[in-house]
Amino acid sequence: MRRLLCVTIALLLLSTQFASTAATTEATANDIAALRTEISSLKTDYAAQIARLETRLAQAETALASQSAPPSSQASSVVAIPTVGTTPQRSTNALNPDTSLVLIGTYAAHSIDPKRYAAPGFALADAAGPGVRGFSLGESELTLSANVDDKFFGAMTAALSVENGTTAISLEEAFVQTTALPYGLTFKGGRFFSRIGYLNEQHPHADDFVDRPLPYRIFLNGNLGDDGAQLRWLAPLDRFVEFGAEAYRGDSFPAHGARGHGVGTYTLFAHTGDDLNDEWSYRVGGSYVHAEAAGRATGQLPDIFDGTSELAIADVIFKWAPNGNPAERNLKLQAEYLRRWESGLFNNADYTGTQEGFYLQTVYQFQRRWRIGARYDRLFADNTGVGIAGTVLDTLDHDPSRVALLLEFDNSEFSRLRLQYSRDQSSRSTDHQLFLNYIYSLGAHGAHQF
Amino acid sequence: MTSIKQTLAALTFCCAVITDVMADVHIFACEPEWAALAKELVGDAVEVYSATTALQDPHQIQARPSLIAHARNADLMICSGAELETGWLPQVQRQAGNAKIQINGPGYFEASSVVPRLEVPATVDRSQGDVHASGNPHIQTNPHNIALVAAALSARLSQLDPAQAAQYHSRYEDFQQRWQVAIVRWEQALAPLRGKAVVTHHKYWIYLLAWLDLHEVATLEPKPGVPANVTHLAEVLALVNQQPVLAILRTPYDPPQPSAWLAERTKLSAVVLPGTVGGLPGTDDLFGLFEQTVKILAQLSNGTSS
Repeated sequence: MRRLLCVTIALLLLSTQFASTAATTEATANDIAALRTEISSLKTDYAAQIARLETRLAQAETALASQSAPPSSQASSVVAIPTVGTTPQRSTNALNPDTSLVLIGTYAAHSIDPKRYAAPGFALADAAGPGVRGFSLGESELTLSANVDDKFFGAMTAALSVENGTTAISLEEAFVQTTALPYGLTFKGGRFFSRIGYLNEQHPHADDFVDRPLPYRIFLNGNLGDDGAQLRWLAPLDRFVEFGAEAYRGDSFPAHGARGHGVGTYTLFAHTGDDLNDEWSYRVGGSYVHAEAAGRATGQLPDIFDGTSELAIADVIFKWAPNGNPAERNLKLQAEYLRRWESGLFNNADYTGTQEGFYLQTVYQFQRRWRIGARYDRLFADNTGVGIAGTVLDTLDHDPSRVALLLEFDNSEFSRLRLQYSRDQSSRSTDHQLFLNYIYSLGAHGAHQF
Repeated sequence: MTSIKQTLAALTFCCAVITDVMADVHIFACEPEWAALAKELVGDAVEVYSATTALQDPHQIQARPSLIAHARNADLMICSGAELETGWLPQVQRQAGNAKIQINGPGYFEASSVVPRLEVPATVDRSQGDVHASGNPHIQTNPHNIALVAAALSARLSQLDPAQAAQYHSRYEDFQQRWQVAIVRWEQALAPLRGKAVVTHHKYWIYLLAWLDLHEVATLEPKPGVPANVTHLAEVLALVNQQPVLAILRTPYDPPQPSAWLAERTKLSAVVLPGTVGGLPGTDDLFGLFEQTVKILAQLSNGTSS
């Protein structure tokens, strides 16, 4: 309607101009040219006016739609600018939490029976081994997450697995986290993966390799996660600098038995990171874990440890992508160094151990969908004690090490197929391992973690 | 009422000389076009951080430490939305420890929520490729969308910083004035393109095509986000051979090989449009972005008509 009106007015104006000009008999070529320019400028003006009116109309409509919104505290404002409704859209159905399901399956071939796995010098918890031979499902993870209200976010991840013919559900994470604390603070409580190191907070399905590096498997039984609380502070700088502290029940490896009246594990961590230029980014960090163990059983016999276990971690990751666009090609360089001190009683005999481990890994996406990777990990143990000869803590003068090579094809970011070969020299005899593995992610879009 | 109007008019008049707004507002823009728009509305004195560049696919960004650090200090976060940033922005928000820029916080502004979105699917399923339940998110390729976002963003700035509302408004008025005049100029320059057909790499240009009344014969990606393959390209080639097509369009970050493949087998030119601010030389602001886009498209139209 408005457009029609404006166009009519424009035409009327134009026609009157025309009529008066045509009436003059001594119209020269110059006059005609001038007239043309004038008409064209008139057209432009009116088109601009109409466009402006349309924009204003759209604005007014949006404003009208959002009039039910609570009034903002802009009483001091002199200019009355319409409040525009800018409620973001959400893709998930109404108030249901975001749901995601991760399906993992593996085929593994080992030249040495995984049941006989050992890493001399180290007491191994239940998840420290290389898994099973043949086909296995591993863990299928179901995650539900959503903002609880305007101040909290909550998430739960349950892992379903089949162990000895029975289906087991384990609660990997179930936590709430603040979203509205001041001064860059975030508080997290419940059961969750610790933010120590680099890999620890990451769920294993997000790892680049099929299995965790040896230091994580052996020092943390995969990763440190327990019931507890975390406080994290992000410094108000343009560079990423965070500090955090955690306290846990102390029921998960390397702790056991919920010592200290049910607060048996403490951690501290700090990370910093930035972009070096358009192509390179990094993050480095340091972490410390103090854990108390009472009656910590490892191995099949089992061996019992009572004492303290302290762990320090240094982690570093560099990432590269041409123009900072990782979609086509990208490179990842990653390393972590872990050092552990344990002292106490091992099978009721005095024991002190200093153990170290590191891994170095790189993954290169050389074209969309295809990635190759290599990893080297190594462990060292220096254990002293009267009763350790002949036990798992006896190093047998061997330093466990392993080399892994990876080839990955991703049909999309939601479906990954991996082929991995590892030469595992955890013990004196070499285990050649071949893994074929898929990871499918359904539902809510997974996070592109750095 | 009249007195308010008079005051308003007087204010607008006395603020006709546009000044930079010196407010201490930290702005985090997810994409360069919104950083550029914020600069138009706030002035050069305020630091505006852009999380991505025109050479980066905004779907594929990771929650890098630098993004988290900048989100920590932001008062206003301007993003395209419509799930364009769904892979990384929720992580950045969750780790930033900043209540203002959370999804329903006062400092989170989603540009796609104030424009009519195209290609909103009736059903969503990942077998359709990387589809967005809220519609196609690449809204910045139509300058009328920029105008709508400018209006809403200006209003939001005034809400966040009421003391400077008058300046925001006058800067907005000034921008909108220049923008509308420019749109008319661009539309006139590209009028000869009406009804023509193009091939695009990704479903990135639909708002541009709708604006210019162009139509998309095919995309080189078989499905959104799924890389081009020879089988699909052969189908596109067959389609292109059946009708006159203007060109093959892609963004600066799309891989060049599929366009080159098709260009080799047809007489079409493979064209890189800037896509957003900074995509090509001379696109340092929004005006430059569309000037360059229009210039490139106008050359195409001259090429085919001669």
